[in-house]
Amino acid sequence: MTRATSPNGRTRRRPRLPAWTRLATHLILAVGALAMIGPFVWSTLTSFKTLGEAFQVPPTILPEQLRWENYAQVFTQLPFLAFYENTIIVTAVKVVGVLITSSLAGYAFARIDFPGRNVLFALYLAVLMVPYQIFLLPQFLIMAKLGWVNTLLALIVPGLFDAFGTFLLRQFFMGLPRELEDAAKIDGCNHFQIYWRIMLPLAKPGLIALAIFTFLWSWNDFLWPLVVINSPEKMTLGAGLAFLQGQYLTDFPLLMAGAMLSTLPVIAVFVVLQRQFVEGVASTGIKG
Amino acid sequence: MSASEPGAARAGPPGGNRPKRRRKWGRIARADAFWGYAMISPGLIGLLTFYIWPMLQTFYFSFTEWGPFGDARWTGLSNYRALFDGPEFLLALGNTLVYTVLSVTITEAIALVLAVLLNQNLRGLSVYRTLYFIPVVTMPAAIGLVWRWLYNSDYGVINYLLGLLGIEGARWLSDPGLALYAIVVVGVWSGIGYALVLFLAGLQTIPTDYYDAAAVDGAGALVKFFRITLPLLSPTVFFVTVISLINSLQVFDLIFLMISSGRGASTSPVIEQTQSLVYLFYKDTFVLNEQGQGAAVVLTLFIIIVLITFAQFRLQRRWVHYD
Repeated sequence: MTRATSPNGRTRRRPRLPAWTRLATHLILAVGALAMIGPFVWSTLTSFKTLGEAFQVPPTILPEQLRWENYAQVFTQLPFLAFYENTIIVTAVKVVGVLITSSLAGYAFARIDFPGRNVLFALYLAVLMVPYQIFLLPQFLIMAKLGWVNTLLALIVPGLFDAFGTFLLRQFFMGLPRELEDAAKIDGCNHFQIYWRIMLPLAKPGLIALAIFTFLWSWNDFLWPLVVINSPEKMTLGAGLAFLQGQYLTDFPLLMAGAMLSTLPVIAVFVVLQRQFVEGVASTGIKG
Repeated sequence: MSASEPGAARAGPPGGNRPKRRRKWGRIARADAFWGYAMISPGLIGLLTFYIWPMLQTFYFSFTEWGPFGDARWTGLSNYRALFDGPEFLLALGNTLVYTVLSVTITEAIALVLAVLLNQNLRGLSVYRTLYFIPVVTMPAAIGLVWRWLYNSDYGVINYLLGLLGIEGARWLSDPGLALYAIVVVGVWSGIGYALVLFLAGLQTIPTDYYDAAAVDGAGALVKFFRITLPLLSPTVFFVTVISLINSLQVFDLIFLMISSGRGASTSPVIEQTQSLVYLFYKDTFVLNEQGQGAAVVLTLFIIIVLITFAQFRLQRRWVHYD
């Protein structure tokens, strides 16, 4: 689905709607938007309440006072700082790794003619179509054999290779004009030099989209950390939240503080980079 | 360029280079092969080790039974036959399909209406788009926790708000008749932004002339929607449906955090009515240590995904209009 993002002028603007239609439209959209962020607002309010306040009937809206202690408690009762550290390390390494492996292979598949290319590319497509869970147990067994269970290596290494990213960047490279590299070839550049000096800079939008989504997937990943990590100090935020829930089943202020802590960084990054996120989705169709 | 489109034909070297290339064919082909293999090998080695090999292993496991010491014994099709022994697998299959069909159709219907509303030269478009997209980027684990609190039957805000309207609340997550639908609501809530962004991108490529012409012919808003908007948006709708179905069929995180709450065997009274195929796979493989059975579940899911996706590509001729 190639949707040429039309230039900013877009097509001719339609005339403005009558005032009352505009008002009604805004009303519907605002109600929808409220439904979208309402749950976050409510959980944030809960996260500042005492347990007693949270369980009051009828509920109070604002907490009597902002109990930052709930947040402090999350950090003292659980190794939440370690969750952050692990998540950041795992995510950063995975983003860099995926960009390297995917762009190298994507370039080769798009631009180099080598024997067996189509068969090898078909392997990537096969992996792309398979539900993720198929890899789970054997990956776990490999980690066990390597002695990596319960280490960050288990979270990082399988995530350095991404069939989707390779496919995405191959498509991206195929869409770039060939003239520049032909000139470079005549100048005696080899494929790696063409890739490094010419293609990578041109592929920046594709690389950014892939980086953003690898970041999201890695940060939000749940099932794999749940399976491969069992000691709290090695957990990432997603698995850490499940652990928190297991420990404090009904302490909702504490649970909400944990939920907000783990998701706010992503929301912050999203709000700052929202144009890139939205364009990344719109132009690639990747699901966050 | 987009991921959904298998790229254009592999362009050969431009004609002008032909003679030169042919003369040096041997050397260039060798250099090409060297760089080709060198550049794919980091990714390919990982792909073979952590994806292709595991895929084959799971396929093999699904025909085995595991002893207490991790030794796999060949048992032929017995794991697949065992799926139909009790009601559990069929229930999980039913849950998964109900969840998928409901969440995908409702999500797309709402997103379509919102996209059309947003696409009318309205102020604040990017603000709305940002707000609707926030749930998409939010960690599913956090979403599960948040909604478990909202749904809480005694202290949750949903029952409270319903009470204000004079409607009696429900035990959303422990009533066997409701729990699955409560999860669907969360699935819809977290998926609208994704469909919305793609629909908006699709709508913005529809030339306004079509609407002007229709207006001259006296077409009303509904006629315009069904005769112009929907047909021209159908490739986008098709794409979103394919992707959303594949994702929804793999629902797990929400059920894990909202219903089963924790590792180990779930004690929730509604787990039978809510567990999905992936949840069943997780339980078989990592809780009950029936790895062969779990492999059979996930391979069945794979087959279902392939069949549904294939069927969609076959059926698209009936309703998707390209250009």
